[in-house]
Amino acid sequence: MTGAELAVPRETLFEFLCRMGDNTLVLGHRLSEWCGHAPVLEEDIAIANTALDLIGQTQMWLGLAGTIEGKARDADALAMRRDVWDFRNILLVEQPNGDFGQTLMRQCLFDHWHLLLLQALEHSSDARIAEIAAKSVKEVTYHAERSSELVVSLGDGTEESRARMQAALTLLWPYVAEMFETDAHDTTLSEAGIAPTPESLRAPYMDAMTALLTAATLSPPDTRTGQTGGRSGKRHSEHLGHMLTTMQWLQRAYPDARW
Amino acid sequence: MSTPASSAMPTLDQVRDWLESVPDPEIPVISVMDLGIVRGLRWDDDLLEVSVTPTYSGCPATRVIAQDIEAALREKGVSKLRIRTQLSPPWTTDWLSDKGRARLEEYGIAPPSPSGGPKACPRCQSDDLERISQFGSTPCKAHWRCRTCLEPFDYFKCL
Repeated sequence: MTGAELAVPRETLFEFLCRMGDNTLVLGHRLSEWCGHAPVLEEDIAIANTALDLIGQTQMWLGLAGTIEGKARDADALAMRRDVWDFRNILLVEQPNGDFGQTLMRQCLFDHWHLLLLQALEHSSDARIAEIAAKSVKEVTYHAERSSELVVSLGDGTEESRARMQAALTLLWPYVAEMFETDAHDTTLSEAGIAPTPESLRAPYMDAMTALLTAATLSPPDTRTGQTGGRSGKRHSEHLGHMLTTMQWLQRAYPDARW
Repeated sequence: MSTPASSAMPTLDQVRDWLESVPDPEIPVISVMDLGIVRGLRWDDDLLEVSVTPTYSGCPATRVIAQDIEAALREKGVSKLRIRTQLSPPWTTDWLSDKGRARLEEYGIAPPSPSGGPKACPRCQSDDLERISQFGSTPCKAHWRCRTCLEPFDYFKCL
């Protein structure tokens, strides 16, 4: 594909695809950290399956990112050979797992936003993006169902489970603001009909979360400031670097290693 | 519509027939054709192109399936072939064949149902069922239990 055929600058499209793929990659890896450690076997399997879906989606997003970039980097190269400052995921997904409740709350906050975003991307003017979104939306609908059910059961549960879910919500809510941060890339993509502006997802997201959190008897904290800097790459939390040292260890120690 | 470039090349119906005996690597009672993941076959001159769609985007069986299809066709003498991954339209369990659905049930896996859960226990046919987990041993399955015979069983998720 030549530059003349792109509806938006190559850098903008690449940035967008990295944002999509890095969210699913980082959250997918975080979830895989639970493998073998979840409270019960069924939840262990559920978390690992969700991780698998997200890693599969990562291959599609970062694969397309590599094609658009045109520098012979495939999905593996983008996932394993970039350092913290090149990652474009939102800060929420790189936050540590904490307890099971914290992992589920992070998942639920992410799933509802992810679902709204993918539903909009199904109508993208870029057919390749619309195809990946249409594939992913089916999996993510299922993720959102599961995390919502569990957040409601545990929130509206025992004194102990409710306290843990409220603590998780209080800790993670400030990271929600970044989902709606809209920059020049987003405006360009929106004007070309490729992606919605993040800001446009705020109202439907807040409606969905208000209903869900009410059912779960939980209240978001009264936070005026949000934690941002992940999707712009300006300021990741220290957690991402630690995660990458584990995730990328093999490719860093043995570049080009193959099975 | 593509036809073989020479009479020595098999017809697409013949190829379809061969693929009927390539099993799904994780649920070997059904074939890749039953699963509905072979989305297209065509001759590009003397090269056979097989379009395959993934079930779940991260399903580890996808690559094995592509290798199995390739191996089966090579064994039948198709030397030039290409496996193409096709994402759109996304796979749906509506594409499972009736034969595939029946085989799943015989094997002990409840086939997908639009109601979002299995219709009956694949062992005793009771409809007194409960869900244990939304996920199961592979991405395409969930874990259920029959309250009548008390046996747990896999349910092929509706997608």
